[in-house]
Amino acid sequence: MAKVLLEMKSITKTFPGVKALDNVNLKVAEGEIHALVGENGAGKSTLMNVLSGIYPFGTYEGDIVYDGEVCRFHKIKDSEKKGIVIIHQELALVPYLTIGENMFLGNEQGSKWCIDWNKTYAEADKYLEMVGLTDSSKTLIKDIGTGKQQLVEIAKALAKNAKLLILDEPTSSLNETDSRALLDLMKKLQKEQGMTMIIISHKLNEVSYVADKITVVRDGSTIETLDSKTDDISETRIIKGMVGREITDRFPKRHDVRIGDVMMEVNNWTVYHPEFSERKVVDDVSINVRSGEVVGIYGLMGAGRTELAMSIFGRSYGIGISGELKLGGRRVTLKSPKMAIKAGLAYVTEDRKGNGLVLSNSILRNTTLANLEGVSTGGIFLDQDKETEVAQEYVEKLRTKTPSVEQLVGNLSGGNQQKVLLAKWMFANPDVLILDEPTRGIDVGAKYEIYCIINDLAKAGKSVIMISSELPEVIGMSDRIYIMNQAKIVGEMKASEATQENIMACIVGVRGESENAESVNADSVGSEA
Amino acid sequence: MNGFDMKNVMKKNVMALALLGIYILFIILGFVIKGQNILAPAIVTSLIERNAYVFILGAGMLMCMLTGGNIDLSVGSVVCFIGSVVGLFSVENRLLDQWFGVWEEQVIDGEVTKVLVQHAQPLNTPLAILVALAVGLLYGALLGFLIAYVRIPPWIATLAGYLAFRGLGTQVLTKASADAALSNFPESLKNIFGGSVLEYIRINGEKVYLDVLGMNIPCVLAGVLASAAVIFIMIISRKKKVAKGYQADPKWFVALKCVILTAIIMFFAIEFSFEGGIPVVVLWIGGVLILYGIITEKTTIGRHFMTVGGNAESARLSGINNRLVMFFAYLNMAVLTVIAAMIVTVRASAANSTAGEEYELDAIAACIVGGVSAYGGSGTIVGMVVGATMIGVINQGMQLIGVDQNWIKIVKGLVLLAAVVFEIVSKNSNKKKASKKKTAEEATKQLEDVAEKAAEELVAGTTVEADAEPDVEIPEGGIAISESQ
Repeated sequence: MAKVLLEMKSITKTFPGVKALDNVNLKVAEGEIHALVGENGAGKSTLMNVLSGIYPFGTYEGDIVYDGEVCRFHKIKDSEKKGIVIIHQELALVPYLTIGENMFLGNEQGSKWCIDWNKTYAEADKYLEMVGLTDSSKTLIKDIGTGKQQLVEIAKALAKNAKLLILDEPTSSLNETDSRALLDLMKKLQKEQGMTMIIISHKLNEVSYVADKITVVRDGSTIETLDSKTDDISETRIIKGMVGREITDRFPKRHDVRIGDVMMEVNNWTVYHPEFSERKVVDDVSINVRSGEVVGIYGLMGAGRTELAMSIFGRSYGIGISGELKLGGRRVTLKSPKMAIKAGLAYVTEDRKGNGLVLSNSILRNTTLANLEGVSTGGIFLDQDKETEVAQEYVEKLRTKTPSVEQLVGNLSGGNQQKVLLAKWMFANPDVLILDEPTRGIDVGAKYEIYCIINDLAKAGKSVIMISSELPEVIGMSDRIYIMNQAKIVGEMKASEATQENIMACIVGVRGESENAESVNADSVGSEA
Repeated sequence: MNGFDMKNVMKKNVMALALLGIYILFIILGFVIKGQNILAPAIVTSLIERNAYVFILGAGMLMCMLTGGNIDLSVGSVVCFIGSVVGLFSVENRLLDQWFGVWEEQVIDGEVTKVLVQHAQPLNTPLAILVALAVGLLYGALLGFLIAYVRIPPWIATLAGYLAFRGLGTQVLTKASADAALSNFPESLKNIFGGSVLEYIRINGEKVYLDVLGMNIPCVLAGVLASAAVIFIMIISRKKKVAKGYQADPKWFVALKCVILTAIIMFFAIEFSFEGGIPVVVLWIGGVLILYGIITEKTTIGRHFMTVGGNAESARLSGINNRLVMFFAYLNMAVLTVIAAMIVTVRASAANSTAGEEYELDAIAACIVGGVSAYGGSGTIVGMVVGATMIGVINQGMQLIGVDQNWIKIVKGLVLLAAVVFEIVSKNSNKKKASKKKTAEEATKQLEDVAEKAAEELVAGTTVEADAEPDVEIPEGGIAISESQ
């Protein structure tokens, strides 16, 4: 057995009110590629942030033993000095600097006061060659593609004398070819330099392909570590570890809900990425939802779920949107969120802090924001008494815990913020609610209450589309489930027939085919252009 | 929970209290240093009139800043330019003659020269105002378009205006008159943007002054009416709240508010009545402030502005047209700039090339000192008025004590800085308090969960998404740690 390079012993990290990591143990041997997998928010990134010193020593409990000694990192520089380099999911390169400048940013070559540019570029070229990038190190970052940028990041890490390389979702923004190239590079680095690497990824096929060991993280704890030599590391096996919870009665039952006519229908919906305009983020998707029905859309992160929802909601995301949208049987074109709201749609965002709530405003103001007409005369003059009444009503109805409706939303807990967000959209009185990860980042008690609200909405004859990456939630809450993967709907089933296994089978089964399909697509797009 | 809390009231009005403190401080300093009341009522009223432009530009600047801390650097130069436009069209001048005058060719000393035989007729007052307004609207629309739709950062777009309009205004004035200033505005124009209301009436062509004991009667009456209106509104709105069962301030507090407001109104009414009546400028200020007070506090439009500043993405997904809001912020600013330009020009009785210098900074400073968030999303007209007045009082007070101009600038700079530091520090301390409270609340909640739920669920109950890590906590991490150690 190889020498253990890194051992994280019973790491516990608490954020106000919640435990993000609970007694996590991780062992990484020298020269291996170790994969960390888990659902969104299972604690993978938090763990790596603890390791790299982003959460400094003292803010967590437990020990980090690296290269035989206990480490106390106070900042990223400390861990980098030891050779632990983390490459984040969002690339941290400066677009208008050259590859060379970026590689040695904060690590400039030359004397203390003067940068030796010749040395910089010579060194840069050396490392670029190592990662198999043929571009000149004087090329600007903005002129190379995302795949190459990812390679530059790795070269940059190598230039820092990395011994342990942590890659956080390195392939999330890459296409298949670039991803494969990156994975092969990882294998090459492992073989030629004996580099130790930790990879965090949602793409399980890649994990199976590249990793020697796989550690599954779930709900802030490490569940198991699989060894590629001795254990079964098929995707199904990994997923079992990832979601291996039992579905208990965490989900309230709906009784006597009449499922009516089709309320919303989306046909052949295709959306392109707003920046990389040749990339399809939603590909020929057709879905529908009936009144009184809760439809789940399951998919891993990056499957195109949010993009689908937002593009339906008044084209608030994406370009080149094509397809047909029918509301109550009538074909409609919704050009702005305003039109979408008028037409009876509501999109409850997954990112409540980023684009859902105005944190610096009160509960009252947030509640009425999407339907100011409802609390004003002539659409102009606000009736502030009525606003208070409405906000109060929803606080009581949804049991939001707050001293008053004047409380700033930024001061509420996640669960209560989510309730305010729901209140806002319920007050807009939509027919169709699209809930994007409605229970993300809130505790089980609050989740249950949110589920009850969803049931009440269905009871009231609303159509609910619930996007979620939590399998038990999707199975427990939906009447019908769509499974989305790589921009496509890859399966549809009744909740009564759904199991974790057959949902996963849809994703795994189609993955192989979709690779072929995608290359065909790429060809056809190319020929059209 | 009892809604009324004296501490909260003090907190909300901290700037007004500071203003009062500064006012008293200067009075004391005046007696000590100069042996007289340097902020006598008459001086205060003239201060208001002289700073009229700050209130009006401040209202526009407030709307811009609400949309996300955006500012308009061009207002001072535009004031100068609009002044020159008004002068150009309402006063006889060289440029107008050149364009529209009647010229004849005459032979003088054997040479053929063009000679002006008839001056060009200036526009009448309403038309001149309309031209100025049209110019302002055109500029505002262009600026709004560039900022909202072409996405030019506001401070750059308006910096361009700052440079260009100062030059353009000066150019017009130098072309139009020998001394680069246009004066002799028609009386009708002066009466719309200056002078006093109902100082006298004409009976059979004779002026009859409406005075009793040197006090202008209409002015006093207006003060009484305004006071009555304020008291009436206060009482009615409290009654409405009580009737509907909402939280209402206690009676004595409403009474106190009425007394304070009435005292302020009557103070000015009586002062103005000694000086010949309500100054027209005060009507303009009052009109603009009330209008914008209503817009920001009571209408959906104001709510849109605040939301765009508070969280633009959230606003967009709530059906608010962010770009339109930005567009209107700058269009509106231009309209108010026209009004301010008229007032300033009439007050100076001349359009000149130094008009409006640093006005943009005065307006921005008034907003900032008045607690308008430098990041957008919050701010009130009342706050801006308090800020403007505070700067005015400091300025005037120090001048009268005999402080050097340069020192006044230094002090003003420090006051501005202090206001922003105060805003940010108090916001942060609120946040910290709230997050501590939150932790405690959630801890108790979790304890409840323990009691209620089975052990296996408890494990799940204490889990959380990494994504849910409060963004707030990370920057504050450093502080939190040092506290816990």
